[in-house]
Formats: sequence, C-alpha cells, structure tokens
Amino acid sequence: MDTPFAITLGVGTSRANHTGSWRVERPVYVDRLPPCNNACPAGENIQGWLYEAESGNYEAAWRKLVEENPLPAIMGRVCFHPCETVCNRVQVDEAVGINAVERFLGDLAIEKGWRLPDPGPDTAKRILVVGAGPAGLSAAYHLRRLGHRVRLVDSAEQLGGMMRYGIPAYRLPRAILDAEIDRIIEMGVDVVLNHVVHDIELERSAGGFDAVFLAVGAQLGKRVNIPAGDSSKVIDAVSFLHQVAHDDPPLLGRRVVVYGGGDTAFDAARTARRLGATDAVIVYRRNRERMGASGEEFEQALGEGVTVRWLSTVSRFDPERIVLEKMRLNEEGFPEATGEFEELDADSLVLALGQDTDLSLLDHAKDVTVHDGSVEVQHSMMAGASGIFAGGDAVPAERTATVAVGHGKRAAHGIDDFVMGRSPQEKQRHELATFERLNTWYYADAPRTKRPELEKVRRQTNFEEVIGGLTEENALFEARRCLSCGNCFECDNCFGVCPDNAVIKLGGEDRYEFDYDFCKGCGICVKECPCGAIEMVPERI
Amino acid sequence: MTDQRVHFYQVGSFAVGNRLLSPDDRTVQSQRDRTNSIDSGHRACQGCGEALGARYALDAAMRATNGRVVAVNATGCLEVFSTPYPETSWRIPWLHSLFGNAPAVATGVAAALRVKGKGDVRVVAQAGDGGTVDIGFGALSGMFERNDDVLFICYDNEGYMNTGVQRSAATPPAARTATTDAVGPEPGNIFGTGKDLPRIAMAHDIPYVATATVADLHDLERKVERAMAMHGARYLHVLVPCPLGWGSASNDTIHIARLAKESGLFPVFEAEHGKVTSVSTIRRRVPVEQYLSLQRRYGHLFGSNARPDIVARIQAIADENIARYALIDDATESQEMSA
Repeated sequence: MDTPFAITLGVGTSRANHTGSWRVERPVYVDRLPPCNNACPAGENIQGWLYEAESGNYEAAWRKLVEENPLPAIMGRVCFHPCETVCNRVQVDEAVGINAVERFLGDLAIEKGWRLPDPGPDTAKRILVVGAGPAGLSAAYHLRRLGHRVRLVDSAEQLGGMMRYGIPAYRLPRAILDAEIDRIIEMGVDVVLNHVVHDIELERSAGGFDAVFLAVGAQLGKRVNIPAGDSSKVIDAVSFLHQVAHDDPPLLGRRVVVYGGGDTAFDAARTARRLGATDAVIVYRRNRERMGASGEEFEQALGEGVTVRWLSTVSRFDPERIVLEKMRLNEEGFPEATGEFEELDADSLVLALGQDTDLSLLDHAKDVTVHDGSVEVQHSMMAGASGIFAGGDAVPAERTATVAVGHGKRAAHGIDDFVMGRSPQEKQRHELATFERLNTWYYADAPRTKRPELEKVRRQTNFEEVIGGLTEENALFEARRCLSCGNCFECDNCFGVCPDNAVIKLGGEDRYEFDYDFCKGCGICVKECPCGAIEMVPERI
Repeated sequence: MTDQRVHFYQVGSFAVGNRLLSPDDRTVQSQRDRTNSIDSGHRACQGCGEALGARYALDAAMRATNGRVVAVNATGCLEVFSTPYPETSWRIPWLHSLFGNAPAVATGVAAALRVKGKGDVRVVAQAGDGGTVDIGFGALSGMFERNDDVLFICYDNEGYMNTGVQRSAATPPAARTATTDAVGPEPGNIFGTGKDLPRIAMAHDIPYVATATVADLHDLERKVERAMAMHGARYLHVLVPCPLGWGSASNDTIHIARLAKESGLFPVFEAEHGKVTSVSTIRRRVPVEQYLSLQRRYGHLFGSNARPDIVARIQAIADENIARYALIDDATESQEMSA
C-alpha cells in the first residue's frame, strides 16, 4: 500500500467498527395489544381502524372495522363502549371517543354505499342460524365470508331481534338498522321470517344442515307476583317496547311507574315520556352505585325528566296508586325490607326485572346442557359435541348487542372448524399495552370532542335520535387523539434519537428496522417510544 | 408550540416526525436522506448525548446551507471517539484542532474561504465544555470580539469526561467528579463558581446566542437554522447528558436532558445582540430531585446520609433561573410540582 511518510494505514470509515458487539440487550419492535382491543366484546381491532381514520382514509378504516364487526353504525349508537373505559388516554386527559368515530365511519359507509367484502369460495356446507338479532346476523356474515351457505330464520316479521324490538328508535333509527342488515343479507343469506323453530334436531335433520347456531335471545320479560287490582295496568318492559316498535303502543296513562334498574328500565321510562306520560318514575330496590344501567343512559333519562325512587320495592298496585316499601342495604350490600311504606300515584306499572330465554326448542337435543335458563357452551361457542352452537343472550354472558356480535363471530369460526373437520385453535394474544409502557411526554394535549345531544324538550316528545354524529373534522380530530398504544404509528422518534444511527427508516408504511451491526443497546429508543412498541431483550451470549 | 393546533396529530410537534406531516414540517432528523454527519461505528459510550447532539446540530447546519459546511473540532470526547486513526466517522469536511484553539482555527478557515472566493461555505466550530469554557475560552472570546463568521457550538456535558471525569468550569455545584470528591461537609463541586458561558457570550453583544438540549429536537434544529441564516459570531450551547460521567442509565439520556429543562436548572432561550428574544417555557414542571436522583454524581445527596439542605440550594438555583428568564408561562403553569 502506498502511504505517505510515517503513515502505515489507509484511512477508512468507522463503519468498519461494528459496535453492535458491545451490546448485551437488543431492542426489538413489538406489537402490543391495546387495552381497547382487549376490552372490545366484538374483538374489533380498534387501534387498527383508528390508525386508518387518522390518515383520513375512512374507507380503509371502515374495511378494517367490518373485518370483525359488520354493524358499525349500530354499534356506534348502542354499544356501551367498554373500550373507552379502559382507554389509556383517560390517564392523560379523557378517553378517545371511539364510539363516536365508529358511528361516523358506519354512517359514512351507508351514505357512500360501501359494500361488505365478497363471500368466500363456496364450501357447500349448510348452516342454520336461528334468531336474526346481533348474534345471528354477525354469525351469518362471518359464515358467508368463510364460504358457507347460511339460512337465517326468525320468528318475527322483520330482522334485527332486540335491536329492532327492544332498543327504542331514538337510540337506533330504523333506517340505520335496515341499511346495515340489508348489507349482510346481500351477501347471499337465505332468510326465512315468521318461522318458529320448535325442535332444533328436527329442523336440522329436515334441512340437512351441517351445523346450527342458536341465537334466540332472551325475549321473555320476567314477571313477579305483585298484588294488583283488576283494572290496574301491568305490562312487562319487553312486551311494551316490542309493541311500540310495532307502532302499536299500549295506553299507559299519564303516570307510569317502571320497576327495575337496568338499561331496559330506562328505555321503557324514556319511551313512556315520549308517548306522553307526564310522570315516568323508576323504582329500584338498590341505590345509584348498584344500578345496572349505563351512566350515559341514566344521565340522558334524567335530562328528559325521568325520576328515580332509590331503595324501594313495589309491594302492591291499588287502583291509581302504587304502594312502595322502603329498603336499606345491609352490610353485604343486599337490600332488605324496612317495614316502612309510601304511596305513589300511578296509572300503570312496567316491569323491567330482567329477561328469560325460551329454550324449549332444545328439549330433544342430545349433549346440550341448559342451566339456569342459559345454554352452556365451550370457548368455540359449541354446546356439547353435536355441532349445535349457541350465543348472544341465550348463553351465560353480559347481555349486550356487542357481546352478541362477538359471540356470532366466534361461533362462526367454531362452526367453520367443526364443519371443515379442523381442531379449534386459540389465537395467541399479544402482551397488553399498559399505560406504564407509554411515554406520554410526546402526546399533545387535546380534549375530547363531544357529540351534540338533541335539546331536551325536543326529545321528550318524539323518537328522533337523541345523540348526533360527529362532523368529519371532529371525527378526524378524535381519531388523532388515539395514543396508538403498543403499535408503531411512525413518529420517527426511534429513528431520530439513536446516537449510533442504528435505526433504518424503511419508509412508506413499512416502519423501521434496527441495524444490529451498530446498535450498542443503549435503550434510548425504547424509553423515548411514545407508544411502547419497542422492548429490550437480552442477547444470547 | 404554536403550530400544534394546525398539525395536531397524536404527538403534535413533540416527536421527531410523523407520517402525516408534510415534509417541510418535519425535522431534519426524520428524513431518510439526512446527512448523518457523524456516522455509525463511532466509539462513544452507549447512550452518548454528545454524539446525538453533534448529529442533530450538524445535520441541521448541512440542511440549512445545502451541504456547504466545514466543521472545526476541538480536542475532546467528540474528537476522540469519532476519529481513532485510521478511521473517521465524519461525513462532512472536518478539521481537528488543538484543545484550546478551535475558535482561532475556525476564524482562520473562514478567512481562508473568503480569500479563496468561497464565502458561501460556512464554518461551524464545535467543542466540549472543557474546550469552550476553560481551555479555549480566550480564543473564543477573541472570536466573539472580532465577530468572525463562525457558529461555535458547545456540547456541554459538564466535565472532562473522556480523560476520566474531571471537573470543568461548567460542572454544576454538588456534583461529584474525579477531582471533586463527595466527602466532607460540602461534598462534590463547590457552590458559587463556574462560568455561565451563554451569558458571557451575550455580554460580547454578538448577533446570536442560544441554548438547547437534546431533548427538544425541533427547538435545536430551529436554532441552528436561525444561526446559519445570520453572519458574524454566533454561539449555541447544547446540554448533552453523559451516562458515564453523570452516572445515569444509558437509556435516560434524553429523559434527563428534558428534566434539566423542565426543572429550570438549564434555561433554554435565545438572544440577539445581547438581549433575550425568546425562551422555551416549562411544560411540565418538576422539582430538581427528579433530575438529580437519576444521576450517581448526586448520589451523596440522597439515601442514608441525605442532604436535603443541598438539594434545596440547587432548587433555589432552578427557581432563580425560572424568575430570571420567565420560564413559566403564567397562563399554562402546570401543577406538577407535587409529582
């Protein structure tokens, strides 16, 4: 080598020095499970669709959403959004308005006429779905996507189950309900209405079905024996809401008492107000803290003039007068009678004390266990080993539309495994993206966008929708409040903060890669990642 | 942070970049085609703040001048770890000077470029705090006084780190170094001495003086860009935490720099012709304990023989900075002092 006097080595770049050999721990990119996704009963990839919505790519967001849940416009109205309760942003300012963005996407899809994905290649397997509520519709959708042939039967005149006959129109406008149901039926679902299934085994063998999904719901309002005079008007809340949905509301008078403390009780009371009741009083035997209804529904009901009598039970219904017994909570929090009574003027009494299932169609089914009015199922939603699956309100779980949608999806995959002769496999879940893993310094402060509510006076007298939607600008802002917990959103922090230029930015949406030849393992990238999508793992030495 | 409202996207303008901002609004460091002025393979310690600060500043200077930059580098960590013979990490024209004469060499380079008709090539001189506040101080003061067309950047890690962590005139009070033992009634470096070079630079009435940290990249890049848009003597003082000398975790480098600013111990501001023109206000104020307790050089202030009295004196310095530079915006004052 020809070098100047006293120089023995040619100059070169320091890239010859692979400082990666210093490392005892290496950073690796990970995807963690955001708490919202973890909490979603329908198994939505919420962080995933918010990511698309953040870019203003609403159709991609909607497509990612309906991968899991075909009813976003409905969910955006009736879901009690457990995702928002666990949202990590709660600890920064307020939860991301996931439900509002979901509704925005659902409404936009209806407006633009976006279609659900095409059915999968035909498998020639025939599946019977009994009950066209949220569980049955969700199952039908996922089964069609898997290529199975679906017959959907329901005893009612129209599809929708409790979404049509239980949830009042001011919470779920019927045009929205119809639009989302039609989109599923268009995928080639064979619908049979006004059809009551009396014996599931008979129905199955007669139709030659490979598997059955039972989503019959809990349609029977629970009754209790309350001494009442002949002229006293007593009705259960399920029947009441059903008749209102049928445009045939019963005459309840001006003073309506609703007995119970769940969402159905509040639906009934708010519906009674809209039908002209001057007094709509909810009687509940426990207190506010132990009430089953959601806080949102409670606040809205109070805003509409519904009143609540806490710690009371109905002991007698005399003509135009209800006798209440006062209760107190014992040490375990159970209500017990006090022996004190008071009276309440009333024209009618609505019982909202929970619902029972009618499972007589299973009387002749083998291997199926019915316990305490619910069908016992495995993780795959299969009841016994017989190819009979069940979900929704008919199985032991929280009775909400979102849980039912999740059941429908899980059952569809369970049925797919069953009819295709595969053994069911549980999906590996990512580690949870907890708040401690975030570096919240990097998130800008941004308060939540509130959805507009109809003015109180207007909503006491009509069935117009109470909660309005977000404008596009607000929905975009709200989506951008997402912290993207546990999932890289390409903020370039790791690329920028590495003292050794050992992060390679791949560009596009391909995120980044570590250059382990030079990464010294200092861990700054992990510490400065806003969303906790990098972790240090020990090197094997 | 006034651009946050317009560009609100999860991280506003706090993170390095993000996929939805237009390229003009992103930092130089977020660009795949950034210069990487100091390349991989350098021998800086894990989590070195100075290596990071040098790349931030020089990449920004390269962007601001379309790549027309010559760098002069005083002896110090930055020179030692980047150019062990026969390797170099520098991807820009780079000269190594003596420990004490980087400002004079830079003056000469600028003069030579001017004489050769290459006045569009800009000169950046860089040194650690030792080369700036101690050894190179006379030459630097002369460079300021003559208003030579040089941007001088001091990467301040508060001591002579590569020679074994000795005290410099930039070492803060109470900090332990190899020459300020943590023993006796006043352990660590003494109170009341040392040099505040940004203020000394301002006293020269030079066109531009600014401070920055490696924790706020947008701010640092903006200041380099501003400095390169001016001519004459300019001075940028960048706080660069040193995991080795400060006894901090290698992954805490940026976190600690942020705490230095948020506690008020390191005021971040800019000044033109001797007058402060803007300050970076504190966003989430913290007590100095949060900053000190992450560093072993202050370990003797905590634990079994804790010295809350000394911590209180350091807090008083922070409070004085906050008052002097108005670091707390009254309208947005946070209540995180209790945290």
